[in-house]
Amino acid sequence: MRTTRFLVPAAVGALALTGVTACGAKDDRQDAGTGNTVKVKATDSVCEVDVTELDAGQATFTVTNSGSKVNEFYVYAAGDRVMGEVENIAPGLSRELRVELPAGTYETACKPGMSGRGIRGALKVSGTAATVAPDAALTEATASYQRYVTSQTAALLTKTEEFVAAVKAGDVPKAKALYPVARTYWERIEPVAESFGDLDPKIDGREEVVEEGMEFTGFHRIEKDLWTTGDISKDGPIADRLLADVKEIVARANAEKLTPLQLANGAKALLDEVASGKITGEEERYSHTDLWDFNANLEGSKAAVAALRPALEQRAPELVAQLDKEFANVEAALGKHRDGDGWKLHTQLSKAELKELSDSINALAEPISKVAAAVAR
Amino acid sequence: MSEQSSTAGRGRRRLSRRRAITLAGVGVAGVAGVAAGAGALTRDGDRAAAYDGAAGAVPFHGEHQAGITTPAQDRLHFVAFDVITKDRDRLVAMLQEWTAAAARMTGGKDAGVIGAVGGMPEAPPDDTGEALGLPPSQLTLTVGFGATLFRDAQGGDRFGIAARRPAALADLPHFAGDALRPEISGGDLCVQACANDPQVAVHAIRNLARIGMGVVSVRWSQLGFGRTSSTSRDQATPRNLFGFKDGTANLKAEDAGLLREQLWAHPDDGTDWMAGGSYLVTRKIRMQIETWDRSSLVEQEQIVGRTKGSGAPLGRRDEFDEPDFAAKGDDGQPVIAVDSHVRLAHPTLNNGARLLRRGYNYVDGSDGLGRLDAGLFFMAYQRDPRRQFVPIQTQLARNDSMNEYLRHVSSGLFACPPGVRDAADWWGRALFS
Repeated sequence: MRTTRFLVPAAVGALALTGVTACGAKDDRQDAGTGNTVKVKATDSVCEVDVTELDAGQATFTVTNSGSKVNEFYVYAAGDRVMGEVENIAPGLSRELRVELPAGTYETACKPGMSGRGIRGALKVSGTAATVAPDAALTEATASYQRYVTSQTAALLTKTEEFVAAVKAGDVPKAKALYPVARTYWERIEPVAESFGDLDPKIDGREEVVEEGMEFTGFHRIEKDLWTTGDISKDGPIADRLLADVKEIVARANAEKLTPLQLANGAKALLDEVASGKITGEEERYSHTDLWDFNANLEGSKAAVAALRPALEQRAPELVAQLDKEFANVEAALGKHRDGDGWKLHTQLSKAELKELSDSINALAEPISKVAAAVAR
Repeated sequence: MSEQSSTAGRGRRRLSRRRAITLAGVGVAGVAGVAAGAGALTRDGDRAAAYDGAAGAVPFHGEHQAGITTPAQDRLHFVAFDVITKDRDRLVAMLQEWTAAAARMTGGKDAGVIGAVGGMPEAPPDDTGEALGLPPSQLTLTVGFGATLFRDAQGGDRFGIAARRPAALADLPHFAGDALRPEISGGDLCVQACANDPQVAVHAIRNLARIGMGVVSVRWSQLGFGRTSSTSRDQATPRNLFGFKDGTANLKAEDAGLLREQLWAHPDDGTDWMAGGSYLVTRKIRMQIETWDRSSLVEQEQIVGRTKGSGAPLGRRDEFDEPDFAAKGDDGQPVIAVDSHVRLAHPTLNNGARLLRRGYNYVDGSDGLGRLDAGLFFMAYQRDPRRQFVPIQTQLARNDSMNEYLRHVSSGLFACPPGVRDAADWWGRALFS
């Protein structure tokens, strides 16, 4: 194996910082037994983290959103591996994130408007950390992704509740605004959701997948009514059922433990979703909000790969380097089509622009298809 | 057959697993140098060498690229790519991988070193598999470089080779009546796959496109059937979709002197890296089939300048008789009309310029108006398009009475480098070194 520049200490890296004394600013905040507590002040343009050097162990971040946009807070390890996150912090609210941080170099990020790379800051965690054995790296991948799924399902439930309430209140503009946001959380964990084959078509089935004797329900049924006739006066029962189905899938997804191989295949499956459904505009044929889904699929794929990253760095460092490069390439191609806090509509993109997106997804999906074998070795 | 492969695969499993990871498509430069035999299964249990004739293999290595003077095969899958990376090293690594894969596939082997079966069950196979069990089928793969590789549409020199663009690769002029669609014209690179089995040709292009993901993107492609030219005296002259023999006066592999003069670029032509290469012009020519079919036999023959049955020039007896352009009929008019296709395209009217034509018929389904979407995918190789294709086509575009039934909808011009000498050589090495 050639060594690569990616052998930087990841969260599980073997950089023993024994002997490094904790700095004073941090000591003031150490409550024995409760670990580190950190205050985060988030606005639409600032992400103020009051402590940036911690001791290894449990850390608690209290995130206050004093901006006007809904915010998110993340703690990332190398390659944007999510160590912990809180989603959906409404303006004026505070939320807490408790996370176990081994020694290493991290980044904090606020995401006002819940989009983009966010406002980043460095976070250093010192202490001793043993090198993680290969199999332990895979076990950790499962746990890490589990945290991600849990955070996404919580937000999915909240946003679906809001969406359903707007539909039942007959508030068409509000329902239209919430629709792509609620679906973002769904699309990020789509492979997990799809593993529950009975629920998936009810929640996310497109009109053509509905079989004889089955009713067309779920997100896309309401999408059709919102964007074609604008009449959602009869959609109350459909909305109620959507919420019940989402509640059930959230409970099931939270209990699900994915194997590393399933993670790897999920990362690929998410890109296949993009390539076959979102690039073509088939998924959101009435609302044309396909780029929201595209971005969410991409984020979900990246989260799965990030969870596997420590294992992949041990097993296939060149592949990790290639994936980093290609993820950046897709993000750059997609980033051109931002529109405020959201995305341009599929119908606003030219054929050449769609082809560029398609090419970038193909370039990423080929190396992603090799992750499973690296994990299975 | 598949049983044989999978047994071989099982025996190799341990080795393959390691290879699967270390060679896992991470653009391993130097793969080109890996002997194709190492770990590669032949598609037919290592018996590719047993095939000959139409099922046999055409040697990949040589002074010139195969697929030019090679006796024209029955089927074509042609593809033009755009390069989507700005990274010269990645492009070079891909060309090396392409060359290694092409050497394997033309020899009847899988595209990758592991193969369509027998690798790790969790990994996608490095060959797509649809050619398992099929013989080499005289597959040739011929690569070419378009002008936009040297300087892109914005004038950028992406790969530091703008100064190496051959003068002969000058953009074709607009010809009278051209109705070119930009999205199916041009391209930074092209690959011509010809084989006697369409599945083998498609398989080759599909696997090269896959290897190229992230480096190149398919710009357009064309399937063709029923070669419309003979490139060897051993071959009968085939017919195009107008029902006429096409390519009677073609350059042939046996005309060594003419090939030197008309087909291959010379070292003193001004572009050293092209010595032994050739320039390819592609034109997709839609035929107005339905209106042609309603025209009388005599009109058809006058337009072409040959008889429909034997292919003999009007006024002569046999296909290979020289046309007599001076001959007059009882009405005092030339027997071969002044606006006939044969007369306007003939070397005597074009300062002796000849072409090695290698075109194919195509039918792309129908056009929704009840008409076949069909015609000729014209391909011609030559030493210098400025002195060959351009003057000939200028004449034809202005005066050919056949134009009423034709529409040129796509155009391409590519510099096809000399042959790949051996396993250490690769497509475009002289250009990029």
